[in-house]
Amino acid sequence: MRFKLAGLLIATSSLIAPAALADVYNLEIDQFERTVDGETLTGVSINGTSPGPLLRLREGEDVTINVTNTLDVDTSLHWHGIILDAGMDGVPGISFDGIAPGETYTYNFTANQSGTYWYHGHSALQEQEGVFAPIIIEPAKPDPFEYDREHVIILADWLNDSPYKALANLKKRSNYYNYNRRTVFDFWRDWRNADRGEKTDVIQERLAWGRMRMDPTDIVDITGYSFLVNGETPEDNWSGLFEAGEKVRLRFINAAAMTYFDVKIPGLKMTVVQADGQNIEPVSVDEFPIAIAETFDVIVEPEAGQSYTIFAAAKDRSGYARGTLSETPGTEAAIPELGPRPELTMAAMGEDHDSHGAMAESEAVGIDEMTMNMSGDAHRGHGEMPAMEHGPKVLSYDDLRALTPYTDRRAPDREVELRLTGNMERYFWSINDVKFGDAGPLEFNYGERVRITFKNETMMEHPMHLHGLWMDLLNGEGDMAPRKHTINIRPGETISADVTVDATGSWAFHCHILQHAATGMFRQVNVIGGVQ
Amino acid sequence: MKSKILIVGALAMATALPALAAEGDPVYNYTLAEADIAEIDDETVGAFDAQGWVGGDYNRFWWKTGGEFADGDFDDAEVQALYSRYISKFWDAQIGVRYDLESKGETYGVIGLQGLAPYFFEVDAAAFVSSSGDVSARFEATGELLFTQRLILEPGIALDFYAEDDPSRQIGSGLSTAEYGAQLRYELTREFAPYVALTYEEAYGDTAYFQRLETGSANRTIFKVGIRTMF
Ligand SMILES: [Cu+2]
Repeated sequence: MRFKLAGLLIATSSLIAPAALADVYNLEIDQFERTVDGETLTGVSINGTSPGPLLRLREGEDVTINVTNTLDVDTSLHWHGIILDAGMDGVPGISFDGIAPGETYTYNFTANQSGTYWYHGHSALQEQEGVFAPIIIEPAKPDPFEYDREHVIILADWLNDSPYKALANLKKRSNYYNYNRRTVFDFWRDWRNADRGEKTDVIQERLAWGRMRMDPTDIVDITGYSFLVNGETPEDNWSGLFEAGEKVRLRFINAAAMTYFDVKIPGLKMTVVQADGQNIEPVSVDEFPIAIAETFDVIVEPEAGQSYTIFAAAKDRSGYARGTLSETPGTEAAIPELGPRPELTMAAMGEDHDSHGAMAESEAVGIDEMTMNMSGDAHRGHGEMPAMEHGPKVLSYDDLRALTPYTDRRAPDREVELRLTGNMERYFWSINDVKFGDAGPLEFNYGERVRITFKNETMMEHPMHLHGLWMDLLNGEGDMAPRKHTINIRPGETISADVTVDATGSWAFHCHILQHAATGMFRQVNVIGGVQ
Repeated sequence: MKSKILIVGALAMATALPALAAEGDPVYNYTLAEADIAEIDDETVGAFDAQGWVGGDYNRFWWKTGGEFADGDFDDAEVQALYSRYISKFWDAQIGVRYDLESKGETYGVIGLQGLAPYFFEVDAAAFVSSSGDVSARFEATGELLFTQRLILEPGIALDFYAEDDPSRQIGSGLSTAEYGAQLRYELTREFAPYVALTYEEAYGDTAYFQRLETGSANRTIFKVGIRTMF
């Protein structure tokens, strides 16, 4: 059994009668048997598939979505990145009570924005079980760039083990899935390869990791995933067609539960035109990293007679998702090398490391330049490392520049610092050292502008997603700061974003790595005041 | 050993995540058990050692058991039931009771500290007060060296201390016995690993004196073959 993107309009009436922009969509959440890489497991589907059906809306449309739960546990759907009334946001315990078995819940909202978004389950770990799908909202006025056709590329990870079991395994032993730990031979090799003067550094570094009780190979929490493009494995080879001379818009969505991808299409330059559904000043790149829950739209101009591999390498290089762009179905192109598995290093990055609690210990052992950096990841640099002259151009947050200035240019009224924290040994995650279960809500006042400063004190990247409100990413672009629904913060990094608090009610705010959110890296945001 | 079975049975608790994708403090559980055999003085001696917990991230019910048997009889066998509380990033404080099924049915109060020390040493330190008022302490530490991802050498040390002499149990005060060893295991899976282990046990002080009287030697080297399971 294979699962294809149900890339269809599920209510075709919206094609006609542009005046009556009010459509009804019916979705059903149900169990299904899913076979991926030869192994069959029970998953959770939307209308029988995963990814679920594409919702293609139009800006200004009044949307009614009836969601029926045919599972025997509660469920929910959350419209990721869509700005709507808090009661329609779909987070059980925060926005609403969830959808009980046998019940139908009706979501109503007006699509007041356009772009590429997605929707997913927000109950327990159902998102990892298959509950996610794309949303495209067509703009009222055409987008300021041209293309002839488009494809949605929804990236996902699938574990042939229940995500609940996976979490229980991590609680028993946090390195349960890590079969890439450093061995005595790795150490011996590094020591032998080091110059005479650097041999003590090899030992010092090893001791520093040990002293901090951290593991440089701890890149991802879970390995063993199958990586999917539109529900299909690399062997299935999802293919997207084009005709000679066409400009093709690819709408990339990272709907993985735990996996970051580095995306490239060898032989093609990609022009990034949209990030998190918001148009940006076009940037031409060879590769872009996509954090969990982010979306990037790119335009490519494939050449006639050519096939191209859409290659999304998992961050830990344990595998890749792959599809093919071609003129005829069933063709394929060369698949690039995955490259070496990255390892965290204590090399010089020097980025305000004094402020990290976890790093403070490192100074005690005399490694003063210690801050962690992904060695295979220098390209994500936020300016700490000038881009190589001749290497491939890789998108960074510094490249994101809004196409139109954001409307609220007020200086922030106050700053809220959120330290991203966790306990890798116990496998739980937190914000300001407090898990969700023990934390009160964050309180924002309606009408204010809040500066959120994230400080990542862990060894993992965290894609922080704020529901219901936009975050203007402070990447040095001033009034042209890009608006995002999900901001990724790398280990040791500090990033700020300004938020105009223009939606009242209660909102979820969390890391979008599923097992991080599920174990505590989660907050409720209450917006006080305003009119419901 | 009935009490062990009872305790393990009590751990068969379900885990659940609440409906929203964020937890309060759901219940998980963990069990690590080892059993091995050795030839000691032409006698086959079996030993078992197991511990586990059930609970959330901060509060756990922790149990430990261990013992030796030869000729179908238990030599030493004990079981501990502890409340374990997360007190800092890598450490749990523990308090509870220990019951020795052998050698003389003694009950103890236990207070301890268990966790991960710098350089990845698993440490378990506990003090015991017996119902007759005897004070003792135990310190255990193990580390890990990976030869491959599955072939793992685990060196370890275990020290026993007693506050006073107890000739009836052939124990002298101070550091009484120490065990230095290394287990080499092959993790076929995370849940199942056969191992061999070499341990050197030495008695000190008056304990050594008592042991020499009994066996003519205050130390012994033991080679063990065993199985480790985690679930
Ligand atoms: Cu996270």
